Amino acid sequence: MTEPVLTVEDLSVRIAGLHILQGVSFTVAPTGVTVLLGRNGVGKTTTLRAVVGLTPPGGEVRGTVRMGAQSLLAQRTHRLVRGGLGYVPEDRCVFAGLTVAENLRLAERRGSTPAYDRVFALFPELDRRSRQRAGSLSGGQQQMLAIGRVLLNDNRLLLVDEPTKGLAPKVVTEVAEVLERVAESVPVLLVEQNLAVVRRLARDAVVLAAGRVAWAGDAQELLLETALTRSLLGVGSAEGHQPAADHQPAEAAVDQVAARPAGAASAPEDGS
Amino acid sequence: MDTIILLTLTGLGLAALYFLVASGLSLVFGLADVLNFAHGLFLGVGAYATWWAAGNLPGAGPDGLGFVVAVAFGVAAGTLMAVLVELVLIRPLYSRTIEQVLVTVGLSLAGVALLQATWGADARPFPRPAWTREVTSILGAQVPNGGLLLIVAALLVLGAILAFLRWTRYGLIIRAGVENREMVTALGIDVRKAFTLVFAIGGAAAALAGSLGSVYFGTVSPQQGGSLLIFAFIVVVIGGMGSVVGSAYAAVAVGLLQQFVNYYGTSGLGDICVVALLAVVLLLRPQGIAGKAVTA
Repeated sequence: MTEPVLTVEDLSVRIAGLHILQGVSFTVAPTGVTVLLGRNGVGKTTTLRAVVGLTPPGGEVRGTVRMGAQSLLAQRTHRLVRGGLGYVPEDRCVFAGLTVAENLRLAERRGSTPAYDRVFALFPELDRRSRQRAGSLSGGQQQMLAIGRVLLNDNRLLLVDEPTKGLAPKVVTEVAEVLERVAESVPVLLVEQNLAVVRRLARDAVVLAAGRVAWAGDAQELLLETALTRSLLGVGSAEGHQPAADHQPAEAAVDQVAARPAGAASAPEDGS
Repeated sequence: MDTIILLTLTGLGLAALYFLVASGLSLVFGLADVLNFAHGLFLGVGAYATWWAAGNLPGAGPDGLGFVVAVAFGVAAGTLMAVLVELVLIRPLYSRTIEQVLVTVGLSLAGVALLQATWGADARPFPRPAWTREVTSILGAQVPNGGLLLIVAALLVLGAILAFLRWTRYGLIIRAGVENREMVTALGIDVRKAFTLVFAIGGAAAALAGSLGSVYFGTVSPQQGGSLLIFAFIVVVIGGMGSVVGSAYAAVAVGLLQQFVNYYGTSGLGDICVVALLAVVLLLRPQGIAGKAVTA
């Protein structure tokens, strides 16, 4: 069995007195897309941000996060990113006042040649709009820029947080296509609510509920089991639905699925 | 007509002084979220270092090239002070706003006390080139050269900061950091180096304000930084945190308003009008003229 690219063990995050993650453990396979699922507010984004060292000041992070043999939690974000951990945040976070070219130029690093060819091959639109202010791009174009910015350098793992959020269906498909191509060369840990995108991209799935891993295994298997999907994510069908915004409390979901995998924190490989 | 031209140019001289202090303050707040109450101390250090250098530093003096050397020494001292303050006092306290305010307020009080203890509380005559005491006739108005020197210096500093922000990598990092500091680190950039750099730029500009402001006033005193800092803060808020261009516009508005109202109204009424302008801007446009974005 191949070594996971990322190992998260017993990760706990407490922010402003809230115990958001309570001992989360999972691994990310060295190829393909591993998707992190769960209802709103369950701690998916908190997990990604803890991995990349962006827990808000005053937040308390415990546990172990390793990329290969390298321990991540004690390191500062810019060092992790330079070490090959690419992060595409929720809501894109492009620099609205800077041009597309300037947004990309920021990601350039001393001592390595930026892969503009790779980025423009995936997103020719960025080349055409290089002098345009990023704030005037459409949501889809901003997402392309956010992903392109990260792909300017070689990465060992990409963390991508809800890349299709708020995008039109046609653009969602485009983003999914791009991520599919990206995942051919670099493993991706993806937070995604759109189950059609999950179905298309994900090989492995980790489902969070009530601050813990409620299920981990083969993503396609999860989506096939409608009852399980409903209980974990609060959706009736896996056909392209996004979970409703007014979910029941996440704690309830974990009760419903508690019987499922005894080793809830098992590695995704176990289920594949 | 002469009076209006004179008031305009002396108002712009005052605006130049405010801008030199406010530009650094604005960048520091915009990028690092630090309300630096010790910024006035950088001005005091610059002024006293220039004053000291003009009398004691070999090669420096009150006139000609010697004066340039003395001002350069003052600016270097202010810059060094700002960098030390950032590295030693502010860096351990990032994202702890109240502690930052306490430390910077404490430092400004201690700094002024130290200047007083060393050189006395009274204003001292400032060594300056003879031509800065003279006036230039502009469209019939006799304008003090010291004020014109401030205006030229502020324009040069504005141009230099904008060119730096527009054309250099660190300028790009600062502009991006003002928008979203966290995302800059998520692109693999150590944003703390940029923090030190904006402190250095702010310290240098404030020290220059200290030197040239003392030339304009003809004296140097320990309290001068503190009183200018209040108006510089008003300029920063009106201009928009993090916007150098906004600070420039706001400095001009505040300087001219103060000068004209103080002349045509009662002396001191101009200061009240500036506070009223601040209130109006806060009510109508709380993010200031240019909002939280560095414009280059």
